[in-house]
Amino acid sequence: MQLRVFLEPLFRRDRLDQSIEEEMRFHIEERAADLHRSGLPAEEAKRKAQIEFGGQETYKEQCRNTRPFQWVYAFLSDLHFGMRMLRRSPGFSMLAILCLTIGIGANAAVFGWIEGTLFRPYPLVAHQETLFVLAGTARGVNGYDDTSWPDLLDFQRNCKLIDSFVAEKIVGTTLSIGDRAQRAVGSLVSANYFAALGIRPVLGRGFEPGEDMGRNAHPVVVISYQLWQDRFHGDRSVIGKTQMLNSLPHTIVGVAPKGFYGTFVGYAWQFWVPASMQERFDSSGYKLEDRGARWIEGFVRLKPGVSVEQAQQEIAAVARRLERDFPETNRGRGIKLLPLWQSPFNASQAMLPTLKITTLVVFFVLIIACANVSNLLLVRAFARRHELTVRMAVGAGRGRLIKQLLTESLVLASIALVGGILVAHWCRNLLVLLIPPRAGPIFMKGELDWRVLALSAAVSLISILLFGTIPALQTSNLDISSALKCESVGVIGTRGKSKLRSALILLQVALSFVLLVGAGLLLESVQRIRNSSPGFSRDGVLITAINLLAAGYDLQRAKNFQEELLNRVQGLAGVESAAYARVVPFSYVSYSSAPVAVDGYQVAPDEQPSADYDEVSPAFFSTLGIPLVSGRNFTRADDENAPPVAIVNEAMAAQYWRGADPVGMRLQVKGRWMQVIGVAKNAKYRNMLETPKPFFYMPLRQNSSAQVGLLVRTRQDPATIAPVLAREVHALDPDVAPYGVLTVREQLARQTLTQQVAGTFLGIFGGLALLLATIGLYGVMSYAVSQSTRELGLRVALGAAPSHLLRLVMSRGVAVIGLGIAMGFAAALGTTRLFGYLLYDVSPHDPLSFGSALVIITAASMAACFLPAWRAMRTDPLRALRD
Amino acid sequence: MANTADILPGTLDMLILKALSLGSLHGYGVLLRIQQISAGAFEVEQGALYPALYRLEQRGMLTAKWGLSENNRRAKYYGLTHRGEKHLRQQTENWNRLTLAIATVLNAGAEET
Repeated sequence: MQLRVFLEPLFRRDRLDQSIEEEMRFHIEERAADLHRSGLPAEEAKRKAQIEFGGQETYKEQCRNTRPFQWVYAFLSDLHFGMRMLRRSPGFSMLAILCLTIGIGANAAVFGWIEGTLFRPYPLVAHQETLFVLAGTARGVNGYDDTSWPDLLDFQRNCKLIDSFVAEKIVGTTLSIGDRAQRAVGSLVSANYFAALGIRPVLGRGFEPGEDMGRNAHPVVVISYQLWQDRFHGDRSVIGKTQMLNSLPHTIVGVAPKGFYGTFVGYAWQFWVPASMQERFDSSGYKLEDRGARWIEGFVRLKPGVSVEQAQQEIAAVARRLERDFPETNRGRGIKLLPLWQSPFNASQAMLPTLKITTLVVFFVLIIACANVSNLLLVRAFARRHELTVRMAVGAGRGRLIKQLLTESLVLASIALVGGILVAHWCRNLLVLLIPPRAGPIFMKGELDWRVLALSAAVSLISILLFGTIPALQTSNLDISSALKCESVGVIGTRGKSKLRSALILLQVALSFVLLVGAGLLLESVQRIRNSSPGFSRDGVLITAINLLAAGYDLQRAKNFQEELLNRVQGLAGVESAAYARVVPFSYVSYSSAPVAVDGYQVAPDEQPSADYDEVSPAFFSTLGIPLVSGRNFTRADDENAPPVAIVNEAMAAQYWRGADPVGMRLQVKGRWMQVIGVAKNAKYRNMLETPKPFFYMPLRQNSSAQVGLLVRTRQDPATIAPVLAREVHALDPDVAPYGVLTVREQLARQTLTQQVAGTFLGIFGGLALLLATIGLYGVMSYAVSQSTRELGLRVALGAAPSHLLRLVMSRGVAVIGLGIAMGFAAALGTTRLFGYLLYDVSPHDPLSFGSALVIITAASMAACFLPAWRAMRTDPLRALRD
Repeated sequence: MANTADILPGTLDMLILKALSLGSLHGYGVLLRIQQISAGAFEVEQGALYPALYRLEQRGMLTAKWGLSENNRRAKYYGLTHRGEKHLRQQTENWNRLTLAIATVLNAGAEET
């Protein structure tokens, strides 16, 4: 029944045709009969009647066009015909569809990645468009930091336009179930977390209001679906059972739904605990009542109909009030609401520049693919010119022909769209490869929702405009009389269509050039970063970490353990030295920052002098290879009973002591005075791109931490040392396991990841683009040669030397390539600035990158020209003239 | 041979409606009737009649049904609908007003010079 309804217009259409046909036949025959009666011979009468009637086909077409929804029938018939045409030349169709699939698929994949990591980063979370990141700001300081718990509560109380403030902080723990221990990552959240995000646990409940209040008052946990399956085998009676987390039994109150991975781009959370448990999970102390302790990376959910500007205004007003009420902690402090994709707190920050560039790159690839298909269509149009002229001769208008040709393009693009979406589907997990391995499951995935599908469909339509329009316009512009005659074969490169095809090649060469230059610049940046000095040794130092907090140690026990372990490690064969640092340079753990004061340093109004610092053991400087330029090192004597001391870096000495030697001077940190005993050379602390900034060190013994990084200077490789380290740790306590062992080089490499990934993408796509362009160039040249066989044969017959023919053909190719490269050069000069800070110590106009792109393109395109030219040279004049 | 473009736009539609106002006809019959009532003043390419007939049918001015011709052949007969009659009346009035106005203007000019 359904099928009949769908097909009826087609049948009706046949009936309509028949009835027009019959009506017109009746007319002509009646007329002929009348003419015959008036005395004309029968044959003559028939002929005259037909002439008087005029062009039957044209009028039939006009009659059909009066029908409603005629365009639907016309479109269906074009579609039908288009598919038949594509089936008839499978080679062409496959090639065109392949090119377009690459172009559309690359775009769809990148759209999916952007949607999945930047715009809709949290699966299952409802209405992510009304969700904004809560980022703390400090006046006069670039960048964002966290928020304190008391501030968050005040904001929640006073902001009427904001539905909820959600607190969250990434935490780690060691899960031991039975005899297996495993590291797990989770999140410390406010009690409204699940409700505000619209997540309903599949089992049990989320957190109840008030469960985030009171110091360590509510040891409850919601576990992820994956953890429930893996560790508890989907046991429904798990609710109400207890699980040890950081050596405290927590009651399992809920299981999160399948497919909910939490709210952190890059990680899949395995558990959630309420904020009241902060002290248990955070090595740096109790912070729920400390307005100066900023540790929350939260979200806000706007009320319906509230714009982010309105919310921002309200929140700024509250922040000003807090600044007035609590000047010592909140001076210069504000809050900025950022869209999810600008979140400074998770991997989206690293993805943003890469994805920006990748978007541009895949668009280039699309254009190049379209140029190739355009060329293919032009070639095929030439082969089809007879069919097209016949259609025109029997009355099809130019508009009708364009419609027909564009419908065929639509068929191509639609098939490619399906293929492209499949490509995107396969590629959606590729992003995970971009993140370095880390503790805990990684979640980073492309999302193919309706927005991505719609955008991909739009890209396919754009591609039709790009590849289909020019051939359609060009092809429909036929001169019937000359086309119906045998096409005369012209001289190489003088026909308009051939010029058009050369222009397309030009575009491809130019775009490939830009992509190759971009790839070169980024890969060179990676090289430069690798080879530049971070201010400490890159070789011979291994890094690991030990978290005693997760194992339930208090500070005193942790201190003893650390002392004992360091002695054992230093005694190992092949170990030159070993040291602790609370934060290892370039790691994901962030440095603490503290307000500082220095005698005689004039503080500008609104300035809150502060500096990042690290707590280290005495051998830190010698192990990592950071030289001291003045004063003395920490010693074992600098412990909790000795007067507090600090070592500052050169930048800090320059800023606060105006370059005078600060050794022996006083430094106030968080209200506590300490003596500066040494000056260390500047180093890089978080990443290679940072500029020197004030930084200081304090002895770990005076500022204990249960969670430390361990640095080992040794000539052995990580694989050899890791089991030895684990053995030493286990000997002290079988329940503690060290983190994985990395070399400093590996640690640094994680920082160049963005450049590496962007460079790799550009390299792959640039290579792909070059391949497409080379194929296109080869096609154009071969075609030109095959079309001018007669001319070439004639030239040979008239005495042209083969080398002359070679030069003739090559010169045409070289002209196109040369112009293309020149255009690409200009375009690259203008666009490489877009890389911005991704370029490290490399000028956007770096001659090496431009030079290598030039060499590669020239070599590839010359090869593409040479083969056809070689064939031209061997033209057999006899055969050419006879054919 | 005159082309549809040579007669005033819209005139062909009016001629067809007028021809059919005297009774149903098949396509060829419409042509003969037009030739007859216009005394050959309006010559159109005969095929051009059909798109016009289809258009008018589509606009609800004509009905079409198959019947038998004088010599017992199957033919499609067109007839005026109520809407077609109204349209013809209106068009006739408009036309008369227009020609009267133009005639008045032209005659007035002639008298003054």
